Amino acid sequence: MSRISSCFEKLQAEGRKALIPYVTAGDPAPGVTLPLMHAMVESGADIIELGVPFSDPMADGPVIQLACERALSHNTRLVDVLSVVAEFRQTNQTTPVVLMGYLNPIEVMGYGAFAQAASDAGVDGVLTVDLPPEEAVEFGALMKAKQIDVIYLLAPTTVESRIEKICAAGSGYVYYVSVKGVTGSASLDVNEVASRLDIIRKHTDMPVGVGFGIRDDASARAISEVADGVIVGSVLVNKIAELADQQDKIPEAVAAITGSMRQAMDK
Amino acid sequence: MPTTAELAIAKQMPDQGGHFGDFGGRYVSETLMAALQHLEQTYETLWADPKFQEEFDRDLAHYVGRPSPLYHAERLSRELGGAQIYLKREDLNHTGAHKVNNTIGQALLAKHTGKPRIIAETGAGMHGVASATVAARLGLQCQVYMGEEDVRRQVMNVYRMKLLGAEVISVSSGTKTLKDAMNEAMRDWVTNVDNTFYIIGTAAGPHPYPKLVRDFQSIIGREARAQCLDQAGKLPDALIACVGGGSNAIGLFHPFIEDADVRMVGVEAGGNGLETGEHAAPLTAGRPGVLHGNRTYLMEDDAGQILGTHSVSAGLDYPGVGPEHSYLKDIGRAEYTAINDDEALDAFRRLTLVEGIMPALESSHAIAQAMKMAPTMGKDQILLVNLSGRGDKDMHTVAAIDGIKV
Ligand SMILES: Cc1ncc(COP(=O)(O)O)c(C=O)c1O
Repeated sequence: MSRISSCFEKLQAEGRKALIPYVTAGDPAPGVTLPLMHAMVESGADIIELGVPFSDPMADGPVIQLACERALSHNTRLVDVLSVVAEFRQTNQTTPVVLMGYLNPIEVMGYGAFAQAASDAGVDGVLTVDLPPEEAVEFGALMKAKQIDVIYLLAPTTVESRIEKICAAGSGYVYYVSVKGVTGSASLDVNEVASRLDIIRKHTDMPVGVGFGIRDDASARAISEVADGVIVGSVLVNKIAELADQQDKIPEAVAAITGSMRQAMDK
Repeated sequence: MPTTAELAIAKQMPDQGGHFGDFGGRYVSETLMAALQHLEQTYETLWADPKFQEEFDRDLAHYVGRPSPLYHAERLSRELGGAQIYLKREDLNHTGAHKVNNTIGQALLAKHTGKPRIIAETGAGMHGVASATVAARLGLQCQVYMGEEDVRRQVMNVYRMKLLGAEVISVSSGTKTLKDAMNEAMRDWVTNVDNTFYIIGTAAGPHPYPKLVRDFQSIIGREARAQCLDQAGKLPDALIACVGGGSNAIGLFHPFIEDADVRMVGVEAGGNGLETGEHAAPLTAGRPGVLHGNRTYLMEDDAGQILGTHSVSAGLDYPGVGPEHSYLKDIGRAEYTAINDDEALDAFRRLTLVEGIMPALESSHAIAQAMKMAPTMGKDQILLVNLSGRGDKDMHTVAAIDGIKV
């Protein structure tokens, strides 16, 4: 069983929900990411979504755009992100790591080479924002051959027939984008999310993570009552931006946010 | 050159999923999938409807002023001493460029979908002006995204858009040019997808945009083909068009795809020279990748990050290109080359002085290529050049290069 599936299974047995923080690798500088990952795990994160910086992050709001710019100012490449994961794996063999980003850096490396390198590094899942299942036939097969989960997005605009198709193509978990918009935009409506999740669950047994618009303990807790996983990004990245000049403070400060969300979710 | 059978297939592209061979497709985040599928259905239904075609043709005739003339530039041809140069006068369209053919078409789609708001991205501002124009006519709300750098370069067009009632949103992310304006327009669309129609200004983006923009722009090639047969009694030997995202070029090329004897030459922006890396020539000097919803030739680094571009003409300053051009290049049906800033500026001055026609800096790239090719060809041969737009918008830029303040 994949690391992601066993993670969700264990949580379910304990009656808890997954806390899934997102940070952009290499933001604000290459050395920060590894200690940050460990600190988030210690504070109660179950799965880490590690952003692969891209020059043209079309689906992201200003907060993550700037994170990409900071990471790219140090020339953080996909191979560097994979090295961070490999280093993380030297001391942590249990926490799943999901790479999140855009297709072009993977295109350039080549799907086959990427699948191999990601597997070698200990990556568990890949979420490529601009790669819908229709275009991912070859990519999906190569990832599957390396036991890497391909995680797809569902949106408020996704019609039911597509929900079924997308869930059939993906594995690990599905990511429900709770708002129409880019990352870091409007706050979400929990009741609406809950009714969408009911529809999604008619079509899949996979765990459902919810992201976009979760910004504090209260929204994390509210979502944890209806979803299997709570994905939080922009608030953390904002904190990283605030502390860009005091990098040694970043792991602790970000872990304070995730730790507090953890407590709120477990209450 | 591909075989007749291969050309027949090429003419029918894209496939159901919007692929032109290995290129094109629909690489977007899930939030936009439903909107793109809806747009595709709307477009296919309306495009097959004779009433829609009639409406489109009527607007092109009475609002845009089509057909645009095909003009034999005799004096320029004589001076160059070779092929006869014919100019397809898209500069004479209402709003001054080919861009309006597409915005008229997409605005009709917007009207049929009932969306009250349109957004657009723009580089040189011609597409922004064309969008603001159709929005004014149809009473739609209009917001245009434009890179901060282009807002500075194209002040006249920014003011024109404002007069037309549109709001110009200056984009300061990334390289502050066309690609960033497109990113920002996509972000807007994701957020406001329920009430907003996104008018993409070139034959790029996710399916069905490359196809529908091509279809709306193909009026250029259909007219030019008939006009050339009528005036010269034969088809041209070569077509020349500048390539930014590729809409004026594909509009000219597409009706000629099966005319295997007609060469097709697309001209990209060579900027300061391909060897300097400061250019906007993905087909000539880039490689395939995925950006803005489609797979196509791109300017990118070894890690897959999109590179900044440079061109004296804002409308060519884009690191990607429409996927159909990538396909036509790879199957060997069309050729692509680059013209540098200074060659384009020379062509701008020369056409103005010799023919009394001031071309847009984008179109000047195509003129410069014709000036290179004509002397190597016979006097009975024909070069048909797409004069995609007029140069008034570029006075400011050229004057600045001349050290003159206007
Ligand atoms: C006059 C003119 N020609 C050409 C272009 C380039 O666009 P495309 O390659 O889509 O024709 C532009 C774009 O702004 C333009 O204004």
